Amino acid sequence: MAPDPFFKALSQLYPPERLLTQAVQLMAYESDALTAFRARPTAVVLPTTQQEVIDTVRLCHAHGVPFVARGSGTSLSGGSLPVENGIVIALNRLNRILKLDPEQRTAVVEPGVVNLHISEAAAPYGLYYAPDPSSQSICTIGGNVAFNSGGAHCLKYGMTSNHVLGLKVVLADGEVVEFGGESAEGVGVGPDLVGLFVGSEGLFGVALEITVRLMPVVERYRTVLAAYDSLERAGDAVALVVASGLLPGAIEIMDRLAIKAAETAVHAGYPANAAALLIVELEGEAAQVEQEFQQLLPVIEASGATEVRVAQNAAERATIWKGRKGAFSSVGRLSPDYVVQDGVVPRSRLGRALAEIDRLSRAYGLDVANVFHAGDGNLHPLILYDGKQPGALEHAEALAGEILRLCIQLGGSITGEHGVGMEKRSYMPELFDAVSLETMRAIRRQLDPQEIANPGKMFPGGEAPALALHGMHPLEKAGVISRE
Amino acid sequence: MNEKPTSITAVQEFIQSAPGTVWLRGGGSKPALSTPANGATALELGGLSGILEYEPAEYTFTALAGTAVADVIAALAENGQYLPFDPLLAEAGATLGGTVAANTAGSGRFRYGGVRDFILGVRFVDGRGQLVRGGGKVVKNSAGFDLPKFFVGSLGRYGVLVELTFKVFPRPQAFQTVRAAYPDLAAALGATFRLAQTSLEMDAVDLLPQEGRCALLLRVGGLAAVLPERAARLRQFLQAEAGAGETAVLAEDDDAQLWQAANRLAWAPPSAAVVKIPLAPKQAPALDARLGSWARRYTCAANVAWVAAADTAVLHQTLCDLGLVGLQLTGQAADPILGQRRGASLARRVKQALDPNAVLGMEV
Repeated sequence: MAPDPFFKALSQLYPPERLLTQAVQLMAYESDALTAFRARPTAVVLPTTQQEVIDTVRLCHAHGVPFVARGSGTSLSGGSLPVENGIVIALNRLNRILKLDPEQRTAVVEPGVVNLHISEAAAPYGLYYAPDPSSQSICTIGGNVAFNSGGAHCLKYGMTSNHVLGLKVVLADGEVVEFGGESAEGVGVGPDLVGLFVGSEGLFGVALEITVRLMPVVERYRTVLAAYDSLERAGDAVALVVASGLLPGAIEIMDRLAIKAAETAVHAGYPANAAALLIVELEGEAAQVEQEFQQLLPVIEASGATEVRVAQNAAERATIWKGRKGAFSSVGRLSPDYVVQDGVVPRSRLGRALAEIDRLSRAYGLDVANVFHAGDGNLHPLILYDGKQPGALEHAEALAGEILRLCIQLGGSITGEHGVGMEKRSYMPELFDAVSLETMRAIRRQLDPQEIANPGKMFPGGEAPALALHGMHPLEKAGVISRE
Repeated sequence: MNEKPTSITAVQEFIQSAPGTVWLRGGGSKPALSTPANGATALELGGLSGILEYEPAEYTFTALAGTAVADVIAALAENGQYLPFDPLLAEAGATLGGTVAANTAGSGRFRYGGVRDFILGVRFVDGRGQLVRGGGKVVKNSAGFDLPKFFVGSLGRYGVLVELTFKVFPRPQAFQTVRAAYPDLAAALGATFRLAQTSLEMDAVDLLPQEGRCALLLRVGGLAAVLPERAARLRQFLQAEAGAGETAVLAEDDDAQLWQAANRLAWAPPSAAVVKIPLAPKQAPALDARLGSWARRYTCAANVAWVAAADTAVLHQTLCDLGLVGLQLTGQAADPILGQRRGASLARRVKQALDPNAVLGMEV
């Protein structure tokens, strides 16, 4: 338990309705979208101003109390899992859009602003905020910054980090620092501190103000759906598209099991009996995209597709994406439980990775559905299991671990966009040598000497709550959020 | 002891036994950054050269940090690919490591982003001579702290870059440039503000104040078949606006020459010190009003100013007054950072972790 003086000070900072300490109030914050982990914090605070966040962090620092900053809790890696002897700083109420400048294509927002709300605010000016994680209707920009979130459209314009220009943060010891700004060049002179902070998984401190760049709304999309009689053929088609010199906005693949799940749940009308579906989307200025489309079609037609469909209007495009984006939550209809991995392999090794995942799936006797960002080699194998059977979760986790090792062996990474968090930290020593990991830890200690900011994440070791089965996130079950 | 190492191990050994402060130098194309301070030892990295891995289908390559940017551009061009951030001073011998350390992207960075948006992985030797890795070799990766991005702009003060991995893109088939003449910077800037709210895609947006007028240069890249149509549309948009003077679409040769000249900073008089200044476009008029007759160019729709300063002390004061920061690239400099830095206390803490004995470069 945290010392009493700490709580006394905390209660002077917050009115009772914004300082949650009752078990029934705390339960809602026990886990994030990775429901296998659960931990009850000693308190949850709901700041409404930046100063309250700063004061809270300073209080935590003075008393050595760990804190976890959290938005909507959609992390898939346990990144916003609370610490049992610490507090949660829930930032959803710190959600003002402070400035939106369409002429400079920038917006300054607070961390609790929902990702999609930025695009909605920018829409009247013909602009939008590009990174589009599948949970974008509820996930907050603060969480996106902490975990460098991605989405289906990262191929051309990158992830969260490529869209953040400036930050005001409170470091774990209470110092407030500002860097970068409204220039599209970001920090521009001196080391890229914005780049360092984005994706630091909350281990440095809390972002208070985020300057993002906005992009012009896409004038023309051309979305092609192609069916294949084998996953390998779909993979080969990706290589052909890439070799043609085109730069699509998104290249996605779903395998048979994922297609079945999507059909069952959202009736996307995908071609029946396909072993794999490929989605290629071109985006940009109309004249250019139409010309690219004329190049793309023969490439797809020559790729051995059994059926090719082209979205004729926005509604047809939306249907194609609805099946893809809802694939994860749809899998919930085929299986009581699943775990999802987020490994990355070089694009040319996709075929090998998928063949190996198939072999592992049979060896473990567990079905694996594959939905992935083929354009950037970012796999999302969903391992299906029945949590009611003793040892089933551990068995599924073991298979997931083998897939992560496979990604490392093939020259890739253990995470493309979900972050290391709680879930993948034990694999960090396999991805990074000891000196590199120790160097990252040394940076962390310089910025957070007491290691009180989101402790236990990213780095291996430390106290980890036991894996426990809690099923799908309620919002995920309802189809409100989904895993990419 | 080797002052021009040809292996990563030799760099480590040099740093481990460094006699004092070590100054890094790649191709020497940015002398204000690479000329050692008094008493410092120069570590030449040009010997650490060569492309290690390049699979065009991956859109990535890995090279030693001393590799000349020009060599990389040539290798990529053979496969119809390019570095979209348009590394500056390629012809003058800039290296990959120097381009990352100085964060020098050219006009072409407007379309897809700067150095930070294309760097994927880094290996560096820290101040104790340890070899450290950050990032990876795949185009999407969020494992561990993003050290590759941190090293963009690091100026040789946090580690010696020895190996770098970049993302690349297919090179547009052809380019065209539309030029418009405005009475002044504010008018040209106004045109870019209105363009910002359209879906027109440009590869470069430069503003060039000259002799009381301001040229706006818009470069468009893409498939050759529709390029004339796109350039015409852009020109039409500008002509429909009040205040736009003469507009023209440049011939293909003129287009290539224009942007090559921009890449080698040909607009700046050789005797002046070229300073890079990141800024918000709306800060440009206030800066411009203080620059007198010095040559200058605004790239990336005036998100970056480049000033050929005859007196860097005067420019330093100007930048302090305006709350801006600048980096001197050419000429001689006691401290190449001019004006007001932001986030220095955070940078100092990272320095403490990476180079606790302050072996590398100047203080931060």
